[in-house]
Amino acid sequence: MSAIISISHLTKTYKRDKQEITVLNDVSLDIEQGDFVALMGPSGSGKTTLLNIIAGIDRPTNGEVMIDGTNIGILSETELAKWRSRHIGFIFQFYNLIPVLTAFENVELPLMLTPLTKSERRRQVELALSVVGLAERMDHYPRQLSGGQEQRVAIARAIASDPDIFVADEPTGDLDRVSAEEILTLLERLNKEFGKTIVMVTHDPSAANRAHIVHHLEKGDLIPQGQS
Amino acid sequence: MSMTKLIVKNAFRHTLRVLLTIIGISVAVVAFGMLRTVVTAWNSGVAASSPNRLIVRQAVSFIFPLPYAYKEKIASIPGVSTVSWLNWFGGTYIDKDQFFARQGCDPETLLSLYPEFKLTSSEISAFKADRSACIVGIETAKRYGLNIGDIMNMEGDIYPGSWQFTVRGIYTPRSKTDDATQMFFHWEYLNERMKQDDPSRADQVGYYVVKINDPSRSAEISQKIDQLFKNSAAETKTETEGQFQQGFVSSSGAIIGAINIMSYLIIGIILLVLCNTMIMTSRERTREYAVLKSLGFTGGHLFAFIAGEALTISFLGAGIGIALLIPIVQGFEALLPRGWFPVFIIETSTYVLAGSSALIVGVIAAIIPLYRALTMKIVDGLRFTG
Repeated sequence: MSAIISISHLTKTYKRDKQEITVLNDVSLDIEQGDFVALMGPSGSGKTTLLNIIAGIDRPTNGEVMIDGTNIGILSETELAKWRSRHIGFIFQFYNLIPVLTAFENVELPLMLTPLTKSERRRQVELALSVVGLAERMDHYPRQLSGGQEQRVAIARAIASDPDIFVADEPTGDLDRVSAEEILTLLERLNKEFGKTIVMVTHDPSAANRAHIVHHLEKGDLIPQGQS
Repeated sequence: MSMTKLIVKNAFRHTLRVLLTIIGISVAVVAFGMLRTVVTAWNSGVAASSPNRLIVRQAVSFIFPLPYAYKEKIASIPGVSTVSWLNWFGGTYIDKDQFFARQGCDPETLLSLYPEFKLTSSEISAFKADRSACIVGIETAKRYGLNIGDIMNMEGDIYPGSWQFTVRGIYTPRSKTDDATQMFFHWEYLNERMKQDDPSRADQVGYYVVKINDPSRSAEISQKIDQLFKNSAAETKTETEGQFQQGFVSSSGAIIGAINIMSYLIIGIILLVLCNTMIMTSRERTREYAVLKSLGFTGGHLFAFIAGEALTISFLGAGIGIALLIPIVQGFEALLPRGWFPVFIIETSTYVLAGSSALIVGVIAAIIPLYRALTMKIVDGLRFTG
């Protein structure tokens, strides 16, 4: 298998007042196509920053991030936005659905950036909602859904445009145990049945157990596997 | 789902707040339109004046008459094509509250000088043939239910006594901005009566209306007319009809200026109301903008969402305001004493100004939220908790 995500000597620093804070320190990492990777570590270890850089919503200070052959560090904001819409599916901890849109419309949102026709979009949205088991709730607004259902709609939104990579930031962090299990099972399905690459940040060891590989970060350093 | 649907759904997310904003904009547009209409009404005489008409009046004051004998002398000046004259009559029709302009005129020349007053040829002939005839504007005819052949009885004040006029014509104005409330009768009828009752006031006219061939020569011809009567008992002051009308409103210039300023301040108020709403809205939606950006929506999309939302609100407010303005202006006119403003209409320019203001206000109100959304880092937006 080839590395779909290849990170080499990645450093990320922030300036707070006059102080420079290193969030990621010379991180190198390869993730194979079809991998299900969990990033773990204490708060402030840099795992979310690493996930954001992989997703193209944050930029590295130094180093190179190659995703499926594209060096995303050199793309302009507009190019990066287009790249994200084609390659990345986002799953957030707090779902981040648009409250005035129905489940159907929320899932349709990323498809507005594609050249699909209305009927093609409809088919795609219905398919995505049926994959997450919410086809019958497509006309419901987020406020009419439970937390678990909202997260499933968010997953449907992420899969609607059929991206190669899913980035999930604490996808079960705001859910009860049962809902969390459902979401993790869904992510496993996406990985196994549809061959999607998943990178997930989590604090939860049971969530991390679902991943094939678990990487640990500590104060911006990637801990070599077997040492955590 | 289309972009438009998304914009409309977002615009009405906080129904009460948006409705209050729309009502605020509507009220401001009504106030703007009302003030513009009052200013327009005030200036209607100036707006309706013709550049090829000069007014020759007594140099001391408009209220003093000029000799009828000046007519021929004025007509002899090169560049003058027609000389007519008018005489303010005043008087009381029904009661003192019934105001409309009543003037003695020369029926032979009046209509060639004022082509904006439309009469049929039979009405013109009937008006010219009868010395006690008068013509009235259609608005005055409607107001008093006057028809051809009706008698108008008046009690004179400037020219005392009882006067009777027979309506021989009802003129319609050429455009909405022309005065359709005036009454004209034969100056000769007035003059004959003066010859009998008060000979010292006979053969005098209120002011001359002079038609010139070339409006660009108005200053030169005005000077020649005034020069002609220099050092006479009744020196003249000649000016264009526009300047003459301006003289009537210039005394109210400060008030009109203040009304004008207020009307534009109202646009500023609309802007503040909408800016406030848009800034609150965009702040609350910081995280959503971050989500949209992460999904691949670009700055152009965000511009369309934010500006579209601001424009939707501003155009709805302006549209409702304009729709309300029409009946409100009509109601306001009905409350005013009759004849206060001979022309009281909402000009097309008022609609255009209100519409274009809505457009400009919508775009300006979107600038700050748009700047914030575009410059916001996605990761910061996703962390935003309000």
